[in-house]
Amino acid sequence: MSATPANIFEQQSANRRKTVIVMVAFALFVGFLGFGFDVFLLGYSPGGRSLFGFPIATIAALILGGVSAYAGLESGARSVLASSGALPASAEDPRYRQLHNIVEEMAIASGLPKPQVYVIPDPDPNAFATGKDPDHACIAVTQGLLDSLNREELQGVIAHEMGHVRNYDIRLMTVIAALIGAVMLLVEFGSRSLRFGAGGRRNSSERSGGGGGVILLVFWVIGLILAPFVSQLLAMAVSRQREFLADASGAELTRNPGALASALQKIDEAVEPTRSIKKGTAHLCIANPLGSSLDDKEGFFAELFSTHPPIRRRIMILKGMSYQHA
Amino acid sequence: MGPLLILIILAVVLVAWAIMKYNGLVTLRNQVANGWKQIDVQLKRRHDLIPNLVNTIKGAMEFEQETLQKVIAARGAAVSATGVADAAAKEGALAGALGKLFALAESYPALTSNENVKQLQEELASTENKIGFARQFYNDITTKFNIAQQVFPGNIIAGIFGFRPSELFEIKDAGERDVPQVDLTLRK
Repeated sequence: MSATPANIFEQQSANRRKTVIVMVAFALFVGFLGFGFDVFLLGYSPGGRSLFGFPIATIAALILGGVSAYAGLESGARSVLASSGALPASAEDPRYRQLHNIVEEMAIASGLPKPQVYVIPDPDPNAFATGKDPDHACIAVTQGLLDSLNREELQGVIAHEMGHVRNYDIRLMTVIAALIGAVMLLVEFGSRSLRFGAGGRRNSSERSGGGGGVILLVFWVIGLILAPFVSQLLAMAVSRQREFLADASGAELTRNPGALASALQKIDEAVEPTRSIKKGTAHLCIANPLGSSLDDKEGFFAELFSTHPPIRRRIMILKGMSYQHA
Repeated sequence: MGPLLILIILAVVLVAWAIMKYNGLVTLRNQVANGWKQIDVQLKRRHDLIPNLVNTIKGAMEFEQETLQKVIAARGAAVSATGVADAAAKEGALAGALGKLFALAESYPALTSNENVKQLQEELASTENKIGFARQFYNDITTKFNIAQQVFPGNIIAGIFGFRPSELFEIKDAGERDVPQVDLTLRK
C-alpha cells in the first residue's frame, strides 16, 4: 500500500507458498517415522508379507501428520500465546489504553483490521505477533516492554509487528512454531520405540532383506536425530530474513525509523532472557528472547545458529533510514 | 480458418485484459472510499473529544479563554466542512489550535497532574496520530488509484468508463505545516 506494493504481494505469496511447503514436509516427515515403525516393528517390506500386508503405520502417520500440520495452522496462534503465558489486554483497562491506541494507529496505517492485543507478565522487554492471517492476528508484548519504552518507541515496535502481520510472516512463523513442538514430541516417541523394538530388530531386518534393511534403519535413525536440529535451523533461517524486512515495513508505517532503533537499543540493553518465551517460539519475537549474547556476534556460524540478525546491524540500518528522512 | 482463429484469440485476450483493468480500478476506487471513511471516523472522534476536553480544563485555564474559544470555533468550522480539500484545511486549523492549547496547558501544574486530563490528552494525541496514519494510507492508495488511471494503457479503460482521479488529503496552507506537536512523553 505504500512505497513497495509489488514487493509486499510477492512477499505474501512467497510466505503462503513456504507455509504449504513446511506443512507438507512435516507430514512427509511424520510419514517417514511411521514407515520406520512399519519396517522395524511390524516387519513390513515392500512386496513382502507382514502383519497387516500393507504399511499401516505409514498411512496412519501420514494422516496424523497432515491433520496436525493443519491443526498447527488453525490453532498454532492459540498454543503459542498459551505457552508464553500471554493474557488478553482489555481496551477498557487504563493501563493498556495507550497500547490499544498504538495498535489501532498501526492497523490504520497499514490498512488492516486491528489485531487482538495480549500482554505477557514478564519484566524483560520483548514482543511478537502470531496468527493465521491479518484477519486473525494477535500482537503480544511483555509488561517489561510497556514499562521501559516511551510512546514513540512502543509505536516503532508495534509497527514492526504489524509489518510481520501484513507480510504474512505470522502464518509461516506460527506454523513452524507449532510444528517444531510436534517434531520434538515425535522424535522422543520414535527414539523410544526404537529402543523398545531393539530386540525384534534382528528378526525384522531378516524379513526385510538384510543389508537394505540396515541401510534403511541407519537413515531412519539419522533422520530422527537430525529432525529437531534441522527444524530449528529452518526456523532460524526463515526468521533472520524476516526481521530486516519487518524493520523496514515498520519504518514505512510510522515514517519514524529512529524510534524503532532506540527501542531496539533499549531491548538490547536488557540482557536478561525473556523467561516466559520458550525455545520453540523464539523466532517469533522482535529480539532473541534467549539472551542477546549470540545475536551480537557477526559472522556465518554465529548467524546460522541465531534466530535474529545482529541487533546492532538492525539499529545501524534503521539509523541510516532516519538520516535519509531528515 | 487460421487467421480467423488468431483474431478470435486476440479479441478474447483483449477483452480479458480490459475486464482485469476495469476490476482493478473498481477495487482501488473502493479502497479510496474506504480510506476516506477511516479518516472521517477519526475526525468525528476528535470532534467528540474536544467538548470533553474543554469542559475538563476550562476551570483551570480561565486566563486562556481566547485560546479555548479558538479551539471551539475551529471545531465548529471543521464539523461543517464539506469535501476532501475543505475538510483538510479546516482540520489542519483545528489541529493547530489544539496544539497551541496543549502547549499552554503545560504551564498549569494542576492540569498536567490531573489523571482525567492525562487520559483525554492520550486519547486526543492518539486520535491525532490515527488521523495522520489514516491520511497517509488514504494518500498512498489514492495516488495508486490516480496513477493507474493515468498511465498507458490503463488510461484508455479509465476514459471509457469515466473514472476520475480522487483528491489527496493535503494541508494546503504552508503555515499549518508546522503544527506544534502534542507532547507524547506523558507516560514517564
